[in-house]
Amino acid sequence: MKKKLPLGAIISLILGIIFVLGGCFLLANRFMPEPLWSYNSAYLTDNFLFILFGALAAFIGILLLVYAFSSFKRNNVDNEKMKQHMGMKATSRISNTVIYVLLILISIVWLVPFICIVIQSFRIQPTGMTRYLFENPEAGLKEGLAIKFGFDNYVRLFTQTQFPKWYLNTFIIAIIVAVVQTIIVLCMSYTLSRFRFKLRKPMMQFMLILGMFPGMLSMIILYQVLKDLGLALDNAVPGLILVYVASSGMGYYVSKGFFDTIPKALDEAARIDGATRAQVLYKIILPLSKPIVIYTVLSAFMGPWGDFVFARYISNGRIGAYNVAVGLQSWLATTTMAMENYTMFCAGGVIVAIPIVILFMCLQRYYVEGVTGGAVKG
Amino acid sequence: MKHYSDLEYLQLSKGKRFGYRVASFFTGIPKALWNFVKKIGNILKNAGLAVANEAKDIVSTFVQGDWKTKVSYLVMGFGCLARGQILRGLLFLLFEAVFIGYMIITGGYYLSMLPSLGKVGPHTEYNAILDVDVPVHGDNSFKILLYGVLTIFFIIAFVYTWRVNVKQNKIAEQILKSGKKLKSGKDDLRSLVDDQFHKTLLALPSIGILIFTVMPIVFMILVAFTNYSSINDGYETNLFHWVGFKNFETIFSWDVGGVNYAATFGEILTWTLLWAFFATFTNYFLGILVAMMINKKGIHLKKVWRTILIMTIAIPQFISLLYVSKMFTLNGLFNGLLLDLGITKQAVDFWGNTDNSGLLARIMVIIINIWIGIPYLMLIATGILMNIPADLYESAKIDGASGWKQFSKITLPYMLFITGPYLLTSFTGNMNNFNVIYLLTGGGPTNAVRSGASGSVGFTDLLITWLFKITTSGSSDKGSEYYLASVIGILVFLVVSIISLIVYGLLPSVKNEEDFQ
Repeated sequence: MKKKLPLGAIISLILGIIFVLGGCFLLANRFMPEPLWSYNSAYLTDNFLFILFGALAAFIGILLLVYAFSSFKRNNVDNEKMKQHMGMKATSRISNTVIYVLLILISIVWLVPFICIVIQSFRIQPTGMTRYLFENPEAGLKEGLAIKFGFDNYVRLFTQTQFPKWYLNTFIIAIIVAVVQTIIVLCMSYTLSRFRFKLRKPMMQFMLILGMFPGMLSMIILYQVLKDLGLALDNAVPGLILVYVASSGMGYYVSKGFFDTIPKALDEAARIDGATRAQVLYKIILPLSKPIVIYTVLSAFMGPWGDFVFARYISNGRIGAYNVAVGLQSWLATTTMAMENYTMFCAGGVIVAIPIVILFMCLQRYYVEGVTGGAVKG
Repeated sequence: MKHYSDLEYLQLSKGKRFGYRVASFFTGIPKALWNFVKKIGNILKNAGLAVANEAKDIVSTFVQGDWKTKVSYLVMGFGCLARGQILRGLLFLLFEAVFIGYMIITGGYYLSMLPSLGKVGPHTEYNAILDVDVPVHGDNSFKILLYGVLTIFFIIAFVYTWRVNVKQNKIAEQILKSGKKLKSGKDDLRSLVDDQFHKTLLALPSIGILIFTVMPIVFMILVAFTNYSSINDGYETNLFHWVGFKNFETIFSWDVGGVNYAATFGEILTWTLLWAFFATFTNYFLGILVAMMINKKGIHLKKVWRTILIMTIAIPQFISLLYVSKMFTLNGLFNGLLLDLGITKQAVDFWGNTDNSGLLARIMVIIINIWIGIPYLMLIATGILMNIPADLYESAKIDGASGWKQFSKITLPYMLFITGPYLLTSFTGNMNNFNVIYLLTGGGPTNAVRSGASGSVGFTDLLITWLFKITTSGSSDKGSEYYLASVIGILVFLVVSIISLIVYGLLPSVKNEEDFQ
C-alpha cells in the first residue's frame, strides 16, 4: 500500500492560506488610519462590502485549512479507504459544492447582524443609527462627523446609566426563577409521568385548555393585584419572580416526555426493596435525569432575560425596576432617543448576550436534547 | 359527496385524489363540530349524573351513619376527632372556622355586592371641620369582582372539603366495622411522602396555577361582560358595571361611533391567520432543508454549521429582533448596503406604509421570522432525520427512486407524521407570537382607515399585539378599554381552540398511529 500525497488537500491548503491572509488584510485595512490600499469609486461610499468580503474570504480560508488538515490526517490513516470514499463522493461532489456555498451564505446571513452589533457597540461617534459601519461618506464635508471608535459606550453604560441596576434585577430574577421553576416543573412532570390518580387526565386536559388563553390577558389583573400587594412598580422584581414562578407548572411537557422514557421497572424494583415514593424520586430518578434537569434550569434561566411584556407592564415606567429588555428597549423608544443611545444599546446588548451565549454553548448538548425530545413527543 | 373506499381511492388519478382529499377535509368539518357538540353534551350529562350520585350518597351516609357522623355534617371533623384521628379532625375544623370567619368578615360583603359591582361611586362629601366638599372613595368595583370571584372559589373549595369530610366518616365507620384500626396522624404524614406523594408534589404547582393563571383568566372572562376601563376603573374614577354581551356586540358591529370594529377585527384576524400559516410553514420547510443539507453524507464540519445556527438561539430575542428591526429602517445598515450595491437609488422604507397596505412590512416580518425560527427547526429536524430507518432509503435506491422521490415519499411524510402535533402547537404559538411582531414593527405601519379603533391598529398587528396596545395605550377619549382587550382575548382562545380541535382530529399521527411503526 503506497502512500500518495493528496493533491486536493495541498491545493486547498495553499488556497486556504491565501484566503485567510487576504481576508485578514482586507479587514485590517479598514481599521487603519491610512489604508495601505484605497479605492476610488462613486458607488462604494461605504466599506460594508469590504468587511463582508474580508470576513467571507477569511472564513472560507479557515474552512479550506480545516479540510486540508483533516484530509492529511485521514490520508495517513488509511489510503485505501480514502480512495473508496472519494469514489463515492465523486458523484455527489457537485451537489456538495452547492451545499457548501449555501451553508456559507446561511452562516453569513445568520452571523452578520451579530458581527455588526459588536462593531457598532464600539462606535462612540456618531451615536445614532447609520447606514455605514466604518466610514462616514460625509466625513470629508464636516469635521464633526468623523467616525470614532472606543470603549466609551461600555464605560458610559456602567457609570452614567441605570444599566447595572437593570442587569442586577434581571440576574436576580433569572437565578431565583431558574431554581424554583426547575423544582416546580420537575414535581409536576414527575407526578404526571409516574403516578396514576383520578384527577390526572382531567388536570392535563385542563392545563391544555388553559394554555390556549393568551397569557397576556391576565396581565391587567396581575398588575392590579401585585400593586395592591406592593409588588409592582418600584418593587417589580419580586412581583415578576412570583408571576414567572407561579404559573411555571404549565410547562411540564418536555420533562414529562423525558420521565416517560425511564423504565418503570426501576421504580418498582426500588419499591419492592422498601423505598418510599419520595426516596425513589431522590435516589433513583433524579440521578438519571441530569440532562433534563439541566435543560429545565437553562431554559428557566434564559426566559427572564428576554421577557418584555410582563416586565414592562408591571414596572410601569419605574426605571429602577426595569429588566434589561425593557430598559434597553426604552432607549430606542423614539427616534430622537435612538439617535442618542443607539450605539449604547448595542453595547448593552453585547454585555447581556455574552454570558448567556457562553453558558448556552457550554450546555448546548442538553438544550438540543430537550428541544428535539419535546417536539417529537408533541 | 361520494365516499371512496381505499381501493377505489388508489385507482383515482393524482388530481382527483387531491380534489377528493380537499373535499373530504371540508365535508369533515361539520362532522367534527357536531362531534364536539356531542362531546360537550356527554360531559354535561355525566356531570349531572355524578352530582346526583353524590347527593344520594350524602343522604344515605347521613341516614345510615352513627351520631358521630351526623354531628360531622354540621361540625366538620367531629367524627375524625371522636374516632381518634386528631390531625385530620383539627384540619377540618380549622378549615371550617376559617371559612365561616372569612364569610362573616369580608366574603359576605363581596358576594352580596357581586351582582351590582358596587353601589356608591367616588363622590364629594361635605366635611364639617374643613367646611368644604372633599372627594371620597366609594365602593371598589375591581376588588368586589376580584374578591367575589375568590369567594366563589372558596365556597367551592369548602363544599368539596365538606364532601370529603362526609366521605371520611363513611369510610371510617366501614373500617371500624370490619375490625381494622384507623390511620393515625403519623400514618397520614408518612403517606404524604409515600402513597400520597403525588399530592405533596402537586400542592405547590397547583396553588400557583390556580392563583396566577386560573383566577386571572376567570376574572378577565368576567371583565368582558363589564365596562371596566381606565376611565371606569371602579375606584379612582368611576364604578364599572355588568353590561351583558354589549362588548361582543361592539366587536362585531359595523359602526360604533364611526368605527368599524367588525372590519378591524376581521382584518387583524385574517392577517393573524396568514402570518401564523406563513411563519409556521416557511420555518418548517426551510428548517428541514437546512437540516438535510447539514446532515448530508460527505458534508464536513457539521458541528460548525450547527453551532453557528444554534448560537442565534442563545442571544435573547429582544436584542436580535430590535437590532434587526433597526437594520432595516431608512437609516439602517441594510439600506446602506442596497445603496452601495446600486440596487436602489433611494433608501427603501421597509417598515413604512409605502403602498397603503403594509405589504412590504408584512413580508419583511415573515422573512425575519425565518431568520429567527430556522435554528429551532434545524435542531428538531436533525433529531428526527437521524431516526428515519436507513433501510427505507436503501430499498428506495434499489428501486431506482430519485433524490426528490426519496424526499417526497419518505422524508417528508415521516417528518409530517412525527411533527404533526408540533406543527399544530407552533401554528397556535405563532398566532400569539407577541415578541416578533411587537419588537420588529410595534404593529406598524399604522392603518389609517382603522385609526378610530382603540389601540391605533397597524398593518402587522396580530390580535395579541392589538390586545396589548388596547391595554397599554387605548384611545384618547375612552382610555384603556380593558373590556375590549378581554373580549379579544376570549375570541383568540375560541379561534385557537377550534383550530386545535379540528386539526387534532385530522392529524395522521393521531388517526393512523401505527403507520410508521
